Amino acid sequence: MTSNFEGVDLVTIRDFSRDQIEHVMNLAEKMIPIALGEERSDLLSSHLLGSLFFEPSTRTRLSFASAMARLGGITLGFDQPLGASIQKGETLADTIKMVDAYTDVIVLRHSAEGSARLAAHFAEKPIINAGDGAGQHPTQTILDLFTIRKAKGKIGDINVALVGDLKYGRTVHSLAEALALFGAKLMFVAPKTLQMPKETVRAVEKLGAKPAMLTTIEESLAEADIMYVTRIQKERFPDLAEYQKVSGEFKINNALLKDAKPELKIMHPLPRVDEIQAEVDSTDHALYFQQAFNGVPVRMAILSLILGAKS
Amino acid sequence: MKEFKVTPIRNGTVIDHIDVGMALKVLRIIGLKGENVQSTVSMLMHVPSKKGEWKDIVKIEDRELDPKELDKVALISPNATINIIRDYNVAEKFIVEVPEIVRGIVRCQNPGCVTNLMEPVEPEFVVESKKPLLLRCIYCERLMSDVSDYLI
Repeated sequence: MTSNFEGVDLVTIRDFSRDQIEHVMNLAEKMIPIALGEERSDLLSSHLLGSLFFEPSTRTRLSFASAMARLGGITLGFDQPLGASIQKGETLADTIKMVDAYTDVIVLRHSAEGSARLAAHFAEKPIINAGDGAGQHPTQTILDLFTIRKAKGKIGDINVALVGDLKYGRTVHSLAEALALFGAKLMFVAPKTLQMPKETVRAVEKLGAKPAMLTTIEESLAEADIMYVTRIQKERFPDLAEYQKVSGEFKINNALLKDAKPELKIMHPLPRVDEIQAEVDSTDHALYFQQAFNGVPVRMAILSLILGAKS
Repeated sequence: MKEFKVTPIRNGTVIDHIDVGMALKVLRIIGLKGENVQSTVSMLMHVPSKKGEWKDIVKIEDRELDPKELDKVALISPNATINIIRDYNVAEKFIVEVPEIVRGIVRCQNPGCVTNLMEPVEPEFVVESKKPLLLRCIYCERLMSDVSDYLI
C-alpha cells in the first residue's frame, strides 16, 4: 500500500482516491502519540523537506515543520519571499528546479492558482500543495476529514453544514467534494453573493450528493452534526453596510447554539476573527483547536507515505 | 450562369461552415499569417448558406492542411467542415472535431492562473465536454466555455 504513495504529488484532493485518503487517516491515527511528543521517531531521519511559503501561513507551515521534526527530518526553506531570488525576478519554475536539487520533497504555498501543478511539472521530487491562491489546499482537506472522522466515528451519512464565504473560501471547495466522495449530507449556508461556485456544486452532485442551499445558519442548526465555519471577508463587499449586515448574521455564539444538537461540533480552518465568539471555545461544540492540532499527525502521515518511509 | 464572388480554387483547402464572424479567428487559430503563406488565401465573411443562415468561408490555395491540425478550429466553430480540393473537385471532406487536449492555443481566462504569469509553460486544458464546449485548465482547474476571446 505504501508504495502507491511513494514519489507522488499531492496537488489537489482528486490526486488521492477514497481508499488512499482512508489510508492516510489510518496512519495519522497511529502518528498521534509521536505528534504529541509522547513517543519518539526517526522515521524520516536524513530526509529533507523544502518548505516554500511565498505567502504567509502560521498553521500550515508550522505543522509541516513540526511533522517533519517529530519524525527526525529536517526542514529548509523560507516563510516569505523577501530576499529570496524570486524577488530578483526569478520564475517559480527556476526556484522549484533549484530546491528540487536540494531536498527530497517540496511543500509549496503560492498566490498563483495552479502554481503547485506547475511546480510538479518542473520538479522530479514530489510536490505537496499547501495552498495555491484561491485554488486547492489538499492537506487541509484531509485533516478536516480526519477531524470529522475522529469526532463522529464516520464521515458518511452525517450532516455537514459548510458556513460563511463559500465562494472565495479556499478550503471549502475541495472539502465539499471530499465530503461528497465519503457520502456525507451537505448543507451550503452562505449569503447569496457568496454561495458555493457552480463548478463545485456540479462536482458534488456528480458524486451523488444533493446539497441544500441555505441562506441562514438557523435553517441548518437542527440538522447539523458538523458545522464548518469560514470567515466572511470585508473586501468581498463593495458596500461596508452590506458587509456588516451579512457578517452579523453569520456569527456563532452560545445563544444561537442552544437550538443545536448537543453533539454538534464546530470546525474552522482558522484564523478566525469574530465569526465564532470566544465564549464558544469552552463548550463541547468547539473542535477547531483539536482540528488545528490534527494538522501535525495528518502531515506526518502524508510526508512519510510520499517519502516512502518504511515504518 | 452562377455568379461567384470568389472563384472556386483548383487545389487546396476550403474551410466551410465557419460560424459567422469567426473567419479571422479561424485564420489565427490555424496559425496562418502573412509570413508563412506562399499562396493565395481568400476569406468570405457573412455569406448565405444553403440552410438560409449566414456563414464564413476560408480558402487556402495550393496547400492541403492536415485535418488533425484543423481540429482546433472546432474550439471556435464546431460546425466547420474541411474540404480538400484537387483539380476543382472535393477530394476529401472532414468535419472538425474538438481534440481531447488543448495545448498552447488558448490562454486561461483566470487572471490569477500561474500560466498568465511570466512562467515558462504553455497553457493546457483537458476537454471536459465537446458540445457544449467545456475546457478545464490543468493548472488552476478553472472551467471555461467561451474561448474565442482567449486565443493566443
